[in-house]
Amino acid sequence: MSAQPESSSTVEPLFQALGIVKRFGHVTALSGADFDLYPGEVLAVIGDNGAGKSTLIKVLSGALQPDEGEIRLDGEAVTFKTPLDARRAGIETVYQDLAVAPALDIASNLFLGRELRRGGPLGQVLRMLDKRAMRKEATRALAELNIGVQSVRAAVQDLSGGQRQGVAVARAAAWGRRVVIMDEPTAALGVKETAQVVELIKRVRERGLPVILISHDMPHVFELADRIHIMRLGKRAAVVTPQSHTMQEAVAIMTGATAAA
Amino acid sequence: MSTVESGATTDRGDAPLERLLQFGRAAVGNPIAGPLGALALAMIFFSFQSEQFLQGPNLSLILQQTVEVGVLAIGQTLIILTAGIDLSCGAVMAFGMIVMTKLAVHSGVPAIPAILLGVLACAAFGLVNGLFVTKVRLPAFIVTLGTFNIAMALVHIYSNEETIANPPSAMTFFGRTFSIGGTDITYAVVLMLALYALFWFVLTQTTWGNHIYAVGNNPEATRLAGIRTDRLLISVYVVAGAIYGLAALLLIARTEVGDPNAGQTDNLDSITAVVLGGTSLFGGRGAVIGTLFGALIVGVFRNGLVLMGVSSVYQILITGILVILAVSVDQLTHRKERG
Amino acid sequence: MRFSRWLVSLMGVLTVSLALLVGLSSARSDAPAQNTATIKVGLITKTDTNPFFVKMKQGAQKQARALGVTLLTAAGKIDGDAATQITAIENMVSAGVKGILITPSNDSVVPAIRKARAKGVLVIALDTPPNPASAVDALFATNNFTAGVLIGKYAKVLFKGKTPKIAMLDLFPGPSVGYLRHNGFLSGFGVAGITQKDSTKYKTSPDVVCSADTSGDQAKGQTAMETCLQKSPDINLVYTINEPAAAGAYTALKNAGKAGKVTVVSVDGGCAGVRNVKAGVIAATSQQYPLKMASRGVQAVVNYAKTGKKVSGYTDTGVNLITAKPVAGVPSKGLAFGLANCWG
Repeated sequence: MSAQPESSSTVEPLFQALGIVKRFGHVTALSGADFDLYPGEVLAVIGDNGAGKSTLIKVLSGALQPDEGEIRLDGEAVTFKTPLDARRAGIETVYQDLAVAPALDIASNLFLGRELRRGGPLGQVLRMLDKRAMRKEATRALAELNIGVQSVRAAVQDLSGGQRQGVAVARAAAWGRRVVIMDEPTAALGVKETAQVVELIKRVRERGLPVILISHDMPHVFELADRIHIMRLGKRAAVVTPQSHTMQEAVAIMTGATAAA
Repeated sequence: MSTVESGATTDRGDAPLERLLQFGRAAVGNPIAGPLGALALAMIFFSFQSEQFLQGPNLSLILQQTVEVGVLAIGQTLIILTAGIDLSCGAVMAFGMIVMTKLAVHSGVPAIPAILLGVLACAAFGLVNGLFVTKVRLPAFIVTLGTFNIAMALVHIYSNEETIANPPSAMTFFGRTFSIGGTDITYAVVLMLALYALFWFVLTQTTWGNHIYAVGNNPEATRLAGIRTDRLLISVYVVAGAIYGLAALLLIARTEVGDPNAGQTDNLDSITAVVLGGTSLFGGRGAVIGTLFGALIVGVFRNGLVLMGVSSVYQILITGILVILAVSVDQLTHRKERG
Repeated sequence: MRFSRWLVSLMGVLTVSLALLVGLSSARSDAPAQNTATIKVGLITKTDTNPFFVKMKQGAQKQARALGVTLLTAAGKIDGDAATQITAIENMVSAGVKGILITPSNDSVVPAIRKARAKGVLVIALDTPPNPASAVDALFATNNFTAGVLIGKYAKVLFKGKTPKIAMLDLFPGPSVGYLRHNGFLSGFGVAGITQKDSTKYKTSPDVVCSADTSGDQAKGQTAMETCLQKSPDINLVYTINEPAAAGAYTALKNAGKAGKVTVVSVDGGCAGVRNVKAGVIAATSQQYPLKMASRGVQAVVNYAKTGKKVSGYTDTGVNLITAKPVAGVPSKGLAFGLANCWG
């Protein structure tokens, strides 16, 4: 288990946001929010509704531009004008609704927008797909995360909820070079499938990819997270660990019942 | 916590036996199975009802008669796969016919440039459709309803209501026939089949085709995957427009005139062919070969009922029933997607 | 987003300019010769694009100018667009027309017609009667049954002593014109027991070996003829609902090597059709006169405005058989007449 120390002066944050401000008209969603992600950790982001966590995640994934503040990757300042910029920087997002094309098969979904083409003129001129290679790669990517499906030729809509989530996670893990962001991955799943996804996240971490996990599911947050980033009123209220705080204490900070630790 | 689903992922699909089984499963579950089966049943039925039905010349006729709607329906299939629809296709085809024949016969433009200009004019309509659907974000139904009216008006204005006769022989090339085993077949039929083969390939084997299915199935996911959906949709409408231009040329070849009244009900007929062929009106699902079978089903019924001496009212009735059946089958077998 | 706004503004500017242009030009064309308080007449056709109605409108305009009255016109956007016609009726009544000439798209215009008549407006149906026929004051139309009878009689003489094998290329189920011309042809050809009252069903005879629908369209006419030839390769006489269908049928006959061996007859008398008679594509056609319908209609409204006397009942605007090869016992006119009086 590659847990990171709560505050480390020796290891640099891999991904950082400093003083992010984001306004929507008269509403200030983020008022100087900070954020740190260290290599190889699972960082859970929790917060009550309206605390600003979705906005922060959208800023980090390039879906929104901040009004003030800075984002840093590996210590260098970066700007993400679109989600594609973030993706190119190696940050992959698993959206809450999965963003898969249900009628298409698993392999096609894994490679959507990044299809492999056949070599030579068939690929260059005719832009012909190399379906065999994509299927092989998809099989490997799913196997690496121990996701069980009968065949990558299956249409995503024919899979169970847990398998579908697995495909979306596998896509992010396969392409993500630096960070994987997961937005409420277990929100729509049953008990058994949620357990599968929890295992999945552990395996992603084992591969060395840090994960930013937004979740309402406190028990699983406490099971998975190395550190927990608590949002409140548009700011980072506190960063705790499952070791330093109990679930109730974390919730109390979230709701403002107690002042930040 | 070992609740992982049934074992590791495999792609056993490439072993020969597996492939055969997969083919069998796919064949039955394949969206084309329905229309092909219906077509086969219809042909068997009519062959019992009339001894002229199954004869070579008659079958060749059915193919020739299907070319007009059959080619238009290829473009319609592309657009419906993106969850759009095109009500302007027949009128745009008529416009193409008039442009080609008028330029050649009245303005003395040589045949090939006249044909190219006609196809370009049709593609331009496609561009207008695509721009309004993507940039102004109007529903395709409404946009193409508008261009349908505009195209129809332009046809009547530009043609002055006159049918233009005696097009140059290059334009009627595809009407010429050659013989296969004693039966005559026009080059137009060959071109139609070639176009279907081409678009089967494009839709199933190229990135553009893959993206068409994706954008019809989940446009947001496609956009998030980094695909430029606006450009994609515009290209689909433009390509469809060019296909309508080809349909115009093939109709000139068949009827030997530029007819301003051509294609007036072709928009609905092409949609019927697409729906009968198993393509979902919601987008993202369907095979273009199904459309060919759908168009042939209508052609077979039209031909068969005349040979049987049955009133045409029944042809209209049967087409309506088939369409409802086709859409219901599609809905029932794909309920999962909606829930 | 900016591009799309630009696009929409451009469309808006174009539309407004177009509307202004059209409005200005049409105002000029319908202006009467005299400036005194003029009688207003309305003309509402099914569409503005069918050459038949274009000719009708021209006939009305010419007569209106000659009589010094104002003509207001309107048309449906497509065949069957009754809503536009209803609006036009109401607007014209408000504008103070003395009479309205209308080719009804379908029967849903009847209530609007009744309301207009209740206000003292004379309503005359042109070409197509509404249902019930009493919904209008009068009907000026071709007798489509007679049109069929003429070509039937022509064919009968031509086929004396021969065995006829007839193909009937019809319109599509619904409009009475399709049944009337079809039945008229058979009646003229000698089939017993057919009267003009048979306007809702096709009659047939043992000599008819094939029937198919054409929607009055050239391409579908070709398809219909091809399929009929498959069924009965020895067809030698073809009745067609109109001249575009006949042209399509001829192409099919030509492709089958039967051009010149099969007799094709038709109805309409449009200029393109008469040219086809000249070219030998059509043996004989019954010519009808949309121009007469309209000009007589305008005249009737003016009479009503001046004398208060309403026209009523059915006025047959006439039909003539046009052929280059007349036959004994069937009156016909030649090509010169046909071309001089054709429409389109």
